[in-house]
Amino acid sequence: MCQITVCLVSENIMLASKSLKLGTQAIRGLSRVSLFSKPVAQATITRRNQYVQGGELFSTTATSSADVENEEKKKISVTFVDKDGEETQIKVPIGMSMLEAAHENDIELEGACEGSLACSTCHVIVMDVEQYNKLEDPTDEENDMLDLAFGLTETSRLGCQVIAKPELDGLRLALPAATRNFAVDGFKPKPH
Amino acid sequence: MLINTTNLNISYDYPFHFNGGLALFFRQKTLNPKSDFHSSKALCQRSSMAIFGAMIARAYSSAATRSLRVCVVGSGPAGFYTAEKMLKAHEEAEVDIIDRLPTPFGLVRSGVAPDHPETKIVINQFSRVAHNERCSFFGNVSLGSSISLSELRQIYHVVVLAYGAESDRVLGIPGEDLSGVHSAREFVWWYNGHPDFNQFSPDLKNTDTAIVLGQGNVALDVARILLRPPAELATTDIASHALAALRESSIRKVYLVGRRGPAQAACTAKELREILAIKHLYVNIKQADLQITSADEEEMKSNRIRRRVFDLLSKASSSNQTRPSSGQRELHFTFFRKPDKFLESNDKSGHVACVNFEKTALKGSAGSGNQIAAGTGEYEDLKCGLVLKSIGYKSIPVDGLPFDHSKGVVPNIGGRVLSSRDVDQLEDGLYVCGWLKRGPTGIIATNLYDAEETVGSISEDLKKRGPTSKFASPKPGREGLLQLLENRNIQVVTFSDWEKIDSEERRHGSLSGKPREKLTNWKYLLELTTK
Repeated sequence: MCQITVCLVSENIMLASKSLKLGTQAIRGLSRVSLFSKPVAQATITRRNQYVQGGELFSTTATSSADVENEEKKKISVTFVDKDGEETQIKVPIGMSMLEAAHENDIELEGACEGSLACSTCHVIVMDVEQYNKLEDPTDEENDMLDLAFGLTETSRLGCQVIAKPELDGLRLALPAATRNFAVDGFKPKPH
Repeated sequence: MLINTTNLNISYDYPFHFNGGLALFFRQKTLNPKSDFHSSKALCQRSSMAIFGAMIARAYSSAATRSLRVCVVGSGPAGFYTAEKMLKAHEEAEVDIIDRLPTPFGLVRSGVAPDHPETKIVINQFSRVAHNERCSFFGNVSLGSSISLSELRQIYHVVVLAYGAESDRVLGIPGEDLSGVHSAREFVWWYNGHPDFNQFSPDLKNTDTAIVLGQGNVALDVARILLRPPAELATTDIASHALAALRESSIRKVYLVGRRGPAQAACTAKELREILAIKHLYVNIKQADLQITSADEEEMKSNRIRRRVFDLLSKASSSNQTRPSSGQRELHFTFFRKPDKFLESNDKSGHVACVNFEKTALKGSAGSGNQIAAGTGEYEDLKCGLVLKSIGYKSIPVDGLPFDHSKGVVPNIGGRVLSSRDVDQLEDGLYVCGWLKRGPTGIIATNLYDAEETVGSISEDLKKRGPTSKFASPKPGREGLLQLLENRNIQVVTFSDWEKIDSEERRHGSLSGKPREKLTNWKYLLELTTK
C-alpha cells in the first residue's frame, strides 16, 4: 500500500486524479488483501487503458484461507462486455442473479425495479447461442418485459432472471449499446 | 508537498476511522446504483480511499469543486436520470432539481397505478441521487410563477427542462365539455392523490357504463381501476377519496374504444394480461374484429410487442363465455370506432349520456408504413355516463421557451433547445429531456436513454467551449436560487422535508394496511414540512 501511495504522489496530478477516478476496483483489491478476511466476489480486471505507471496490469485476488477452495467450487466465471467492448470478468456464486452479481462488482447494469420483473433495464445479451440455450426459457412475465427492452436481440435476457448454475461457467454477457431510437411505439425521430 | 489541485474534485462528507483513529471525512465519488454503505465492499473502498484522502487532505480547493451549476426542472424519471448522469459525468457539477409539487418523482408517484407497486421501486434509485451531496431537491418551486426561465438561465450554467406533459390532447368534437367527459390524466391524478385533484369528484354513481377512448396502457389502467373489486384496491396506495368513491361506484361495464384494429392496439402485453385476468370479469372481443389483413401482418411482422398483444386478444376472444352472467362486470374491447360527438342526456342537465361513433376502415398511409383509420360514413351510438379520454398528454409551454405547438414539444436536436423551429440556432445552456423533448410516449426506462443523449450533448458543449466561455465564469447557482425564492416568500420543500411527508404517509398507511396513505392537501403538505 505504501508503495502505491508513494508512486502516486510522485506522479503528476492528472495521473493521480485519473487513478482516483479509476480508483475503486483497483484499490479494492489492495485493501482486501490485508484488512478484511470476509470473502467477497473476486474480481480480476482486464482493462484496455492502464492507469498505473508502466502500464502494469492491475490484478489481485482475495487471499482468505480454506474458504477459498470451497468458494471456488460454488462459483462460476462470468464476463460482462460493455458497449465499448471493455470486459470485466467476475466470479458469481451459484444461485445469484446476474443483476445482483453485476451490482456487487460495480458493473454498470441498471436495475430500476430491483429484480421484480417490472422493467427491462437489466437487459443483457448472451453472447453465445449455446450458452443462451442452456438457460431455462423465459416466462411470459419476463417476455413481457423483454418486449420493451432496447436493442433486443435473439439471445437477450433480463439479468435479474439469469441465475448462476454450474453449466453456465464461462458465460459471456454483453451490455446493450444505447440506441438512438428509444421509443417504444416505433416512433422514429425526425432525421436532422 | 506541492500539489496542484485544480483537477481534483473531492468533497468531504462523513467521518471515517482508519488505522488507529485518523478521522477523515470522505465521500465515494462514483455513483453506484446499489451502493451499500455498510457492506464490507464499501468498507474496503472507504479504507483505501482514506489513503488518498490523507494525501490530499489539505488540497481541497473550493474553486474547482461545484463550478458547474446545473438546474433540472422536473423531478420525474427524466429529471432524475438526467441529474444522475450529470453528477456522474461531471465531478464539478452541482445539480438542483426543482419541482412545482412538494413531492418528488413526477409520474412515478402520480401516474403509475396503485396496483403496480413494483414499477415504483425505481424511487429508491432516485432517492439515492437526491442524497448525493452535490444534488438537491427543491419542491414547491414552479417554473413560470416562482421563477422565470430567463432568471433560471441567469442563475445556472445549464438548465435542463424535464417537466413533462401536464395537459391533454383534445378531440375537438362537439360535446367535449359536457360534464362526465374527462381526460384519463385527471382521473389518474385523482386516484393517485395528486394535490391538484383531490376535489375532482368524478360521478361514478349516475351510470353503469363508462367509455374509455384509447387502448394504450393508461386506458387499460383506468379501465382496470374502474373494474377491479375495491377490496383488492384497499391494500394499495390508492388515494382514500378515490377508494371511497369506487366502493360506491355503480359502473359495471367499461368499453375500451380504439379507432383502429387489434393489430394496432397501443397497449403492451403485461398490462393486457393483467386486465384479462381480473377475477369474474366478462371480456368481450368480437371475433370479426380479429380478421387481419396482409397489411396488418406486415405491420406485426417486425414488431414483437404488437404480435404478442394480438395473440393475447385472440386467445381472450376465443376463450370467451358467450354472454355475461348477471351481476358480472364487463370489459368490451371495441375496435374501428372514431368518436364523432358527445351527446347530452335528454333532461338537458349538461351531462354526457352517449357517444356517437363513426365506423372506420384501415387505409395504408403512404410513407409511414402504418395504416390509418378512415371514416366509412356509418355511425353508431354507445350509451354511457362517464367518458375518459386517453388519447395522449400534451406539454405546456412557458414564457421564453421555444415551443412547437403542433407536436406539443420543445424543438430540439439531441436535447439542445433550438431557438425556433425554422432556424437552426441553439439556445445556449438550455436543454430538454423526457416527454417535453420527444413527446408523451415510452416507459420509465425510455428516459434512461433519453437522459444519456441529453447529457451527452451537454458534455460535448462543455468541452467545446473554452475557459473564456460563459460556462467558465461563476454563477450563483443554488445560493442564488434560494435567495431569490426567499425574497419572494416561497417556501422551499427540501428532500429531507419530503422524507418527513413520506414517513407520515407510510405511518398513516400502516394503520389501514396500505403501503402509504397519500397526503393530498397542499396546505397540509406544506405545513408538515415546517414542523
